[in-house]
Order: sequence, then C-alpha cells, then structure tokens
Amino acid sequence: MKQDTNFTNQEFRVIGTRVKRPDGIDKVTGRARYGADATAPGQLVGMFLRSPHAHARIKKLDVSRAEKLQGVKAVITSADLPDEHCGGDRELLNILENCMARGRALYDGHAVAAVAAVDATTAKKALKLIKIDYEKLPHVTDVDEAMQADAPVIHDWVYTVGVEPQPNKPSNVSMRAQFGHGDVEAGFKEADVIIEKSYKTGQTHQGYIEPHACLANMSPDGSGELWVTTQGHFAYRNTCAQILGLNMAKLKVTSSEIGGGFGGKTHVWIEPIALALSRKANRPVKVVMSREEVFRASGPTSSTSIDVKIGATKDGRITAATSECRYQGGAFPGTWALIGAMTSFAPYDLKNVQTVSYDVVCNRPKVAAYRAPSAPMAAFAVESTVDLVAQELGIDPIDFRILNAAKEGTQSSYGPVYGPIGIGPTLDAAKSHPHMKAKLGKNQGRGMACGFWFNFGGQTSTTINVAADGTVNLSVGTVDVGGSRASLSLICAEELGIPYEQVKAHIGDTAALAHNDMTDGSRGTFASGMATIVAARRTIEVLKQRAATAWEIPVEEVEWKDGCAHAVGEAHADKAPLSLAEIAANTENTGGPIAGHNEFVADGAGVSFASHICDVEVDPETGSTRVIRYTVIQDAGKAIHPDYVEGQFQGGAAQGIGWALNEEYIYGDDGRLQNPGFLDYRIPVCSDLPFIDTQILEIPNPNHPYGVRGVGETSIVPPLAAVANAVSNAVGVRMTQVPISPPRILAALDAESA
Amino acid sequence: MSGAHVSTTINGDAVEFACPQDESLLDALRNRVGLTGVKEGCGTGDCGACSITLDGRLVCSCLVLGVEANGKQIGTVEGLADGDQLHPLQEKFIEHAALQCGICTPGFLVAAKVLLERNPDPSETEIRYALAGNLCRCTGYDKIVRAVQAAGKEMRKQNKKKAKKKKKK
Repeated sequence: MKQDTNFTNQEFRVIGTRVKRPDGIDKVTGRARYGADATAPGQLVGMFLRSPHAHARIKKLDVSRAEKLQGVKAVITSADLPDEHCGGDRELLNILENCMARGRALYDGHAVAAVAAVDATTAKKALKLIKIDYEKLPHVTDVDEAMQADAPVIHDWVYTVGVEPQPNKPSNVSMRAQFGHGDVEAGFKEADVIIEKSYKTGQTHQGYIEPHACLANMSPDGSGELWVTTQGHFAYRNTCAQILGLNMAKLKVTSSEIGGGFGGKTHVWIEPIALALSRKANRPVKVVMSREEVFRASGPTSSTSIDVKIGATKDGRITAATSECRYQGGAFPGTWALIGAMTSFAPYDLKNVQTVSYDVVCNRPKVAAYRAPSAPMAAFAVESTVDLVAQELGIDPIDFRILNAAKEGTQSSYGPVYGPIGIGPTLDAAKSHPHMKAKLGKNQGRGMACGFWFNFGGQTSTTINVAADGTVNLSVGTVDVGGSRASLSLICAEELGIPYEQVKAHIGDTAALAHNDMTDGSRGTFASGMATIVAARRTIEVLKQRAATAWEIPVEEVEWKDGCAHAVGEAHADKAPLSLAEIAANTENTGGPIAGHNEFVADGAGVSFASHICDVEVDPETGSTRVIRYTVIQDAGKAIHPDYVEGQFQGGAAQGIGWALNEEYIYGDDGRLQNPGFLDYRIPVCSDLPFIDTQILEIPNPNHPYGVRGVGETSIVPPLAAVANAVSNAVGVRMTQVPISPPRILAALDAESA
Repeated sequence: MSGAHVSTTINGDAVEFACPQDESLLDALRNRVGLTGVKEGCGTGDCGACSITLDGRLVCSCLVLGVEANGKQIGTVEGLADGDQLHPLQEKFIEHAALQCGICTPGFLVAAKVLLERNPDPSETEIRYALAGNLCRCTGYDKIVRAVQAAGKEMRKQNKKKAKKKKKK
C-alpha cells in the first residue's frame, strides 16, 4: 500500500498521547487470563517425558505400564503421530520431530513421550513407568566444532545449501549465504588501517516469565479448540492442523493474554501434542511447561562465532568490510545466520562489503526467533570492530560512525537502497546527548554502538464493528505483546474522530477474523495499525452513506469530520451534523449494521536504527560489571503511544544488557544443559540496572499514513556491543566474547598483565 | 498421598480447601481456590511472579506448601483493590505504563505493597533491592520503579490527610 503522505503538516488529535491501556485494570487486579489460567470441565493434566541425553537412539520405548496406571487417559509417542500429514514437507516434518522424537533424541530435553492423566500426581507417576532403552550417540553442541570435518553428523539428509558445487556428503552446515557489493579485495588495498577480529556469543533465551501453556479440546469428529499463549494463533492453528491432519477452519485457536514472547512464542512445541492427547483421550488436556522445560526444550537463540574485518583510510572512511557469521541453529536447519549476514553492516554506507553466513546444526534445542533475531550477535562483532578501527585512527567513535553512516539513497549491505532513514539522526542525537558529558570515575568506561532492524509487514486482517450506541469494537488478529491494544485504539479513534474511550479493542480468534501473520518483526502496531486505518476509512464511507440516506441527499454532499457526518453546502445549512452515535442508533432504517474491515498484506515496513550509549563500572578485583548509565536513542517513525515506545526501548536494552553481561546456556561435556533455571541463568533484576534514558526520534516512514516504523526489536541490537565497548574502555582490554562474565574479565586482565 | 484440610483467611475472607500434603500453596491457590492472579513463572522461588503475603510476610507461594497456610492470613493481588477503588500502586502501574505483558505485575504489586508498608518513603536503591526478587523481562524495570515512587508519594499524601482528619476529631 503506497500512500501519498504529507507528514510536514500532519496534526493529530489523539495519536501521540499517553492514554491508559484498555487491559490495565485486568492486569493489575489478577483478572487477566494467560495461557495457564483457563480451565475446561473434565480437563486432564498433560506432561512430557524428555530425553536426558544430547543425542541418543531410542532402541525401545515401552509405554504399556504407564497406559495401565489408574487415572491415565492417554499416552502419546511418535507412533501416534504419523508423518503422512506433512506431505513430505521437510519443514513440517522437522516441526513434528521437534515436538516428539522419532527414533532418535536430538538434544537434552527433546520430548520422547507424553501422558494425559486425571491429575499431576498421576501424570508424574505415569512418566516414571515409561521404559526407554537409549543408545547414546556422539554429540556436538559448539558451533565451531560442529563445522569440523570430523564432527558427528547429526542428520544424514542435511547437505549444505548455497555452495557450488553442491556437496556430495551430508554435514552439519545446512546453509551458506552471502551478501554484499563492490570489490572488498580492492577496498582493503586502499585502507590505511585494517582490523580483523573474531568474536563469540553465548546462547541466550528470550526469558519470558510465562512458560508455554495451553488448553486443548479435541472432539472425535476432528473439530477442536485451543487456548494458548502465543504470538500468532493463526500460525499455531495452521501448523497444528497440518501436522495432525485436521481441517484448519475446524480448529479454533484463541490467544490468551501473553506473558512475554520476544520471538519465543512463534513456534509450536507442546500444542500439537496437547491436541493429540486430547483427541486420544476425548477430554480437554491442559499442558503447562515447567521453567526447566522452557529452557531445555523451547527455542532459545543461536550461539555464534563471527569474524569481522574492516579497513579504513586515515581520514576515517571505511574502504572495505567483511564478516563471516557462524550461527548454531539447534537440532534442525534454520535460516538464522542468513539474517546475521544481512544485518551485519546495515548501518553503514559502504563501497565494498561482503558478508557470509553459515547455519549450523547442533545437539541443542531448535533455535527460535529472539527479538531482532540474529542481529545483536552480528552487531556485537561489527560494532566492536568499528570501535577498534576508530581507536586505531584516533577518531572519536561517534564521529567515525557519522562519517560512515548510511543515508537516504545508500545501497544497504544486504541489497535494497534505503529511503529516508534514521541512523544519522540517532548518531547526531547521541553526540549532543547530555549522557556524553557525564563525568566518568575510576574503573568506569563509556561505550556506544548502533543497531538496525528491518521491521516486517505481512498479512493482516482487521474488523471494526459499530455498536448501536456509537461505541466501537476493534478486532485485530495480531496478539498484543506490549500495549498494542492501546496504540490501535488510538489509531481507530483518530481516524473515526471519536474519543479513545469510545473504542474497545480486542484480539480476534481464528474463527472471527481472516488470517493474520504473527506478532513478530515489530509488525503489530505497524501492520494492524495500517489495517485499522483502512478499516476505519471504510467504516466512514458506510457512515457517510447512512447519513446521506437519512438526509435523502447524495453521498457526495456528505463529509466526515470530528466524528460526525456533515452535509456540505449552503443548501444543507439547516442540517445539524449527525454524530456516529446518532447514525449508529438508526441503522435499522438506513441499511443495517455498520462495520468496516480490511484484509491485506501490509507492505512498506520502514527500517529502523538506534544508537545506544552505555557507562559501566568494572570491579577489577572481582571482574563484576555494573551498568551505571544507559541511553537509548531510536527512530520510531511516529510514536503512537510514547509510553509503550519507551517501554520497548527500555525492555530491549535490558535484555541486551543481560546478554552482554550474564546470560548464557552452559552445556557440560555430556551435552546436557547445566543451568535450566532463573537462578543459574541469570536475567537482569531490578537492582542490576539504572534508569534507562530514552529519546524517541520521528523520521517518518513514507509508506505508512502516519509514518510509523516498528519499534519492538531494534533496541536489543546495540547493547551487546555498547556494553562490550564500555567494558573494554573501562578495563583497557578488548572483550571479544559475551557474556562478559566476571571470570572472563579477570582472565582477560590476567592475560593482559602477563 | 493423603489430602489435608486447610482453613485459612484469604484477602480477608475465610477460605477452606483440601489439598495433597505435598502440593504447593501456589498450586492450591490457583487450582483449588481459583485465584489465578497468582502466577507461576519458575516454581523455584527465583522469579517472584507467585508473590503473596503470609501473615504479612512476603513469600513465594511456590516455596510454601498448601498445608502450611492452615490458620494463616494470605494476601494476594486479588485483595489489593478496595471494592471498585484501586490501590494507589495499581493506579500508578497503569498510569506509568509499568507493565507490558503483565504476567509479573501481580507479584510486583504485592512485593511493592509490602515495601511501602514497611518503608513509606524508600529511595530508588531501596526500591530496586526490595523488588530484586521479582523478575520482569519486558520493561527493564524503569517504569516499575517510577510507578512505585509515584505510589509511595500518593500514599504518603493520603496518610497525611488521614492523620489530619484524625487530629481534628
């Protein structure tokens, strides 16, 4: 949808105000219902048995004793889940196998069987009665090791895609991808300074506080309902129906309130199995993951190993840049490294750039999206190297970035030519921000870094229903992960010209609306907002027609303004405006109920950039790091509800800080995850962080009627590098591996002094 | 495992329930009493989503057995509001956008209430340490701390008014 947009004089009535969110009271009173908060008459408790091995052949799987236990109503193994419904689709087969091991357990925590019983005690007892003979197989959990020629090959059907000639032997490298333009060899020859460095990042988890949970209710006739915490109930419906051989329209999926997702609730794990248990037992089945299961068996993000090389002239122009990104994708092929390669150098205007990526299969849980998936790791490697080049040249790191920043018309490192973008303005804002003038004390250091995210559009469907009293229901199909019902109500109110309080937004289930893609890619407010604008404008067309009918004049003589129909022209001077409520009260006589809807692909998402500044204090005795000051500057395009835009900035920064300093999956030599809990996988707590300052920039996205870009993800991209640059400046040693944990800092300091 | 009969007071009301002796108070509150405002984030006392008060003391209900609640006073998020009058903490959490997904909010509210009852005028650092047992993954805590500060201020104002009224009487 290409819009003619005049942003310069765009004045808003309610957009940009900080209204109270419509779901606020439900959420502060405990009334809001999340994934685990639903119940159904006669419901059973579903539980999983999971592999204790990183890689093992399942020689024998005997569930007969569990089935015989009093109170057990169904037991499911891969034998109950035929692969015929997948129709040979490799991706669906992978999802099915990830939900339930098929002859082989591929990672510690991989589900091998599930039971449904009358209560948790019985279900637990039943799991203990399942007898499995495992034959342990060689495993590999490190991305670099998995790429070695002598590494155990996990799948005999994985041949590297994207290399010529196609390999004749399977390997753990599922894909190679390459992006860039120009001649990097020639570019490096022009450079006065070249810095080349290797980096590693630990595997992190989205860490949403609400574990995966669902309530499945299947009938023997193949129809069913699923209540589930998800970022995309339509996608869950489609996937569950496909792998279980159900008709999509007969499976109604309702998204509960979602207790955090950050990309981690975009894939199915327990849901198809819960449905299969319910089908087999012919009873509702509720499944709630434990925290340990969430860590071991949902979809964390990749661990990575990345090489970066940047060359620049003495006057600070980058002449060439390359990156090689190796992303650990878990037990099945993915496309995560590809995104790393695409985003690596996105903030910069480069004549010669080449990025290469490798997706690598390992004996770890299948990786899922995590907020700007794959971008933070690449940004960590690139932004650290950018700092090193600036340092070598004796140029201020912000000035060096400003010299090389992409602008409108720049060909991005991943291909497209940029329209109006915000990287330059965020850097200028960083340079003049008071944070830069704050004095640093002993053992303190400052760092900054930039970040980029594409933002998505995608399939979207929205409906507006006008009630008889003139209040309005707005149904959207993008799950509200952080306040989007408030933003979308504002947009609806803005368009219709009515007060915000007159709009009630809710998330429609899969039977109420046409398909909606998931809330991912920062698309919720962008795409559903755009769809709401179109739906509202269509509603207005209907309202105008109704007013015309009531007045018995042509619709061309009716105008919509400030929530009322106005009859235009001298001839109609006697006609008082008709309000939305007045028109709504008279629908019986003017043509029936009033609704407006829109189904489309929300094209034209605008890329977004951020610059972050971070101050840290490092204790040289213990190696412990404290973030003492943090500033996020990001281009939102247009901030619909500034509070929740700031909230996205702050939340992403906090997650990035955790990634930079503490968070990491730790695997033992046995390939088992050693820290599957919040005690040992430590996410930032309130006392770890300072206030996180934010500055919203608004460089309008020309493809959106209000200029909106996505805001959810970019904020997690810069922190790894911003923190690493700050720590490196504080201790005088370059930190090339995150998390920058105390032992790593002490080791780096020891190595430096030795 | 045999069940046990538990008599308790929840948010001021007498409540009785029966539960297995090894069942957590969290599970009993959610599944037997129906108070699903008490959330489970970890089940190991690390996230604070299940925070409640037990005889006025802040606890993780996942680390308490249901049977331990016998004869005790329980306070949950469901008991914070006074009829249709929200608690100042509830008001300020909404006003300051201190919640995004909201799953941690019940625990934060209960923990913050205990803090403000003990320390009506806490410093930022005191707030941060008092709430360090409650994990939030959405907000970066910024707006939560600001909401607690604002609620503290509001409650001090209300208390002053009450004290004045009492004096007049």
